[in-house]
Amino acid sequence: MTTGLIICGALGREVTDIVNKHGWDADIIGVPAIDHVFPERIAPHVEQRILALREQYKRLIVVYGDCGSKGALDEMLNRFPNIERIAGPHCYEMYGGELFNDLLEEQPGTYILTDFMVRTFQGLIIKSMGLDRFPQLRETYFKNYKRIVYLAQTDDPEYRKKVHEISGYLGLPVEIRFSGYGLLESRLVEMMNELK
Amino acid sequence: MNDEINLKEMSAEEIFELMQEDLYDGLEAEVVEAVEELLGRELEPIEIMTKGLVAGMDVVGIDFRDGILFVPEVLMAAKAMKGGMALLKPLLAESGAPKMGTLVIGTVKGDIHDIGQNLVSMMMEGAGFEVVNLGINNSVEAFIEAIQEHNADLLGLSAMLTTTMTYMRIVIDGLKESGLRDDVAVLVGGAPLNHDFAEAIGADAYCKDAAVGVETAKKYMAERGK
Repeated sequence: MTTGLIICGALGREVTDIVNKHGWDADIIGVPAIDHVFPERIAPHVEQRILALREQYKRLIVVYGDCGSKGALDEMLNRFPNIERIAGPHCYEMYGGELFNDLLEEQPGTYILTDFMVRTFQGLIIKSMGLDRFPQLRETYFKNYKRIVYLAQTDDPEYRKKVHEISGYLGLPVEIRFSGYGLLESRLVEMMNELK
Repeated sequence: MNDEINLKEMSAEEIFELMQEDLYDGLEAEVVEAVEELLGRELEPIEIMTKGLVAGMDVVGIDFRDGILFVPEVLMAAKAMKGGMALLKPLLAESGAPKMGTLVIGTVKGDIHDIGQNLVSMMMEGAGFEVVNLGINNSVEAFIEAIQEHNADLLGLSAMLTTTMTYMRIVIDGLKESGLRDDVAVLVGGAPLNHDFAEAIGADAYCKDAAVGVETAKKYMAERGK
């Protein structure tokens, strides 16, 4: 039976890749990634998808972290006992697992980038944080960071090149750590297996 | 202010209005110029702060709450206010104006995200509180030392990460062990927090933004008869 995966747009390519890799019978339904900038919109937008789709799918899985919704997403999901959310507070943890905690413990001033963030840096970071209109805010936003860690999901030379450009723009040294899809994949595998 | 505007030809009330507009637009140099002009006319620093900077920032806060302004615009307005406050703060201190209370604030250990707490600090100063901003990455010992040194009424704890917000409980437990818990109201804020978390760790209040922080602080001071 087809499963509906209601996903954060920031995980679109990655979840599509995981679904194809495992050959799951699953449809992917996105919620715009820009909601991260307005996290109060996350729970209502996910709920809209649920209400629109729950008659079409016997199973729905929400592939989202809390992502700054302050618990509102899980609170909303409590009203839908048959709908599960993948574990994890945000995609950094889903990709990096323990490495995420270790990186921040080692250096609290670590600015983490994922493939999605590298790909959309201009729109997601520069524009939505107003740095195109107010370049002087770069200091305000980034003054306490000491390094960038690029938590890579794929080994793409184009992304690595962009990461070095971001490093130059922010004036921060960069380290590249390959995480792959990490816990995002293993948790989805576990959930999909449970559904069988 | 552009070249056509001559502050010298304007009344104080007109300058206040202009200052509020410039603050809303994040024009720091213009706000500073207006503050200098009003100080030159020997207006009281507290009046300039209240009628110009705080009144302007109040509008910014309302429009942020209502989704008209977004974070970048608020930060630009805050920078403009900071420019004005830099001139007024030493004068306010000299004037011996009564304080609403003393707030010690900082991000907790492991957290370097200080944008929110800096905004709170400025709004609290605007509301007449003395603010001791400890900056980022503070241990329980640092908070306790500052509370004792400054005889604080309020403690503001800020965290941006789910991994660091748990340290707030350690700070509150540390206050209890030091016998300071009943001396300060603990206000917490930051992106991953909510009321339930604040309650669970034994904080006095969760403040979802700077404006709520100021209102909550005032409320606690009134309740404590200060």
